[in-house]
Amino acid sequence: MSLLFAPLRGIGRTTFAAFAAIGRIAIFAGAAISHLLRPPFYPKEFLQAFLQIGYFSLPVVGLTALFTGGALALQIYSGGARFSAETVVPSIVAIGMVRELGPVLGGLMVAARVASSIAAEIGTMKVTEQIDALVTLSTHPMKYLTVPRVLAATLAVPILVAVGDSIGIFGGYLVGVNRLGFNPANYLKNTREFLEIWDVVSGLWKGAAFGFIVAVTGCYYGMNSGRGAQGVGRATKAAVVAASVLILATNYLLTEVFFSA
Amino acid sequence: MITLSGIHKAFGPNKVLRGVDLSVPTGQSMVIIGGSGTGKSVLLKCILGLVHPDTGTITVDGQDADTAARDAFLARFGMLFQGGALFDSLPVWQNVAFRLLRGSLKRPKAEAREIAIEKLRRVGLKPETADLFPAELSGGMQKRVGLARAIAAEPEIIFFDEPTTGLDPIMAGVINELIREIVTEMGATAMTITHDMSSVRAIADRVAMLHSGVIQWTGPIAEMDTTADPYVQQFIHGRAEGPIEAVR
Repeated sequence: MSLLFAPLRGIGRTTFAAFAAIGRIAIFAGAAISHLLRPPFYPKEFLQAFLQIGYFSLPVVGLTALFTGGALALQIYSGGARFSAETVVPSIVAIGMVRELGPVLGGLMVAARVASSIAAEIGTMKVTEQIDALVTLSTHPMKYLTVPRVLAATLAVPILVAVGDSIGIFGGYLVGVNRLGFNPANYLKNTREFLEIWDVVSGLWKGAAFGFIVAVTGCYYGMNSGRGAQGVGRATKAAVVAASVLILATNYLLTEVFFSA
Repeated sequence: MITLSGIHKAFGPNKVLRGVDLSVPTGQSMVIIGGSGTGKSVLLKCILGLVHPDTGTITVDGQDADTAARDAFLARFGMLFQGGALFDSLPVWQNVAFRLLRGSLKRPKAEAREIAIEKLRRVGLKPETADLFPAELSGGMQKRVGLARAIAAEPEIIFFDEPTTGLDPIMAGVINELIREIVTEMGATAMTITHDMSSVRAIADRVAMLHSGVIQWTGPIAEMDTTADPYVQQFIHGRAEGPIEAVR
């Protein structure tokens, strides 16, 4: 009988553990926000984090968007051909990129690149007693390490999303014009006509939320890293997995909030 | 005077400290000896508030460590960590001057750099070292930079966690001499944890032995060799047989 329930017990344990982890991350996020509003502030650390998270993520986000925009154009064209709707390619590429694919794929790429690097860096600092050293030097690790990264990611990812959106639409344009035979002027006209401001702005809000999630999970798992190389490795992996899942879940929630009814 | 009374600390079922009572007089150099895993580092971290004791009180000059204003309390301390704990992302001089570049002790950048170079010189490092990064330094140099950082803000109390671990005997001797000189010169209260007996003899005014979570013996360095305490005798002579189990 107990064997029969073993898989159920496993599922229950995993579910409880997942909710407990989300709860701990939420408490950590709350603490980060409260420190965000109180001095001392570390502008130099913020600028460094902004450069690391924003500028150095541009190539990976740009390439992801370029190929996604191109693939999206091909998919919509071949799918639309089934009901003679090939002409919707420019508008669907634009709406799909700015509302969904730009923020989500951008967020996931930043999660892979940044959450892992933050967790590994802070985790290594923890196991080599650098976090303890910060405390003995009268510096709060939350203010010095977490707040600049969270603020930088929350501001940088929307910018990355905006750049990614543009590159993604350009990818669709390249495929549309060169491969599918669209007229360049008509393609751009269709894109402009169907795209609304709120489509773009909602994607940028999503980007801000995803940036926040990426930095908070990276910092949380880094600060709570286990001992040694294995502990840091586990923290890094957990940060990327948690950030990715939370991004996808948050994306659904925000889409409900922004576009339902 | 640092006073610890009835300090208990457990990590899950592992009771590391089981009622530590210890006093460190102002201006004295206290060395805590004891085997690996006996809680020496935990004891230092309890004083600094990095680890919270389960029970017991810690006072520094009569001020309760728990209730003292945190920044002002920590500003009285300097600490040399076992592995140096230097910040990889900062050049050496910014590591040394970390406290002088931010917070209540903030100085102009040029002045902070000047102080950092002076402290580096004090621990026997050339000014050229200032612009290197910690990863470019040898283990002995990293310890010296850690030492320079610990004394940069001229603290009243300095903690040294295994200052000579991982160093060759000559470098260990250099670090021991530096610690002794700096502590005497600054008139600071020092607490050192080590199992290197040459460090104990070079640094200590007083010695305390931590075993089984309590202070097994404490006394002046001059009495360490002559004490009849079997734990101290086994430890300082490195005997496998005695009251301390060799396998822990």
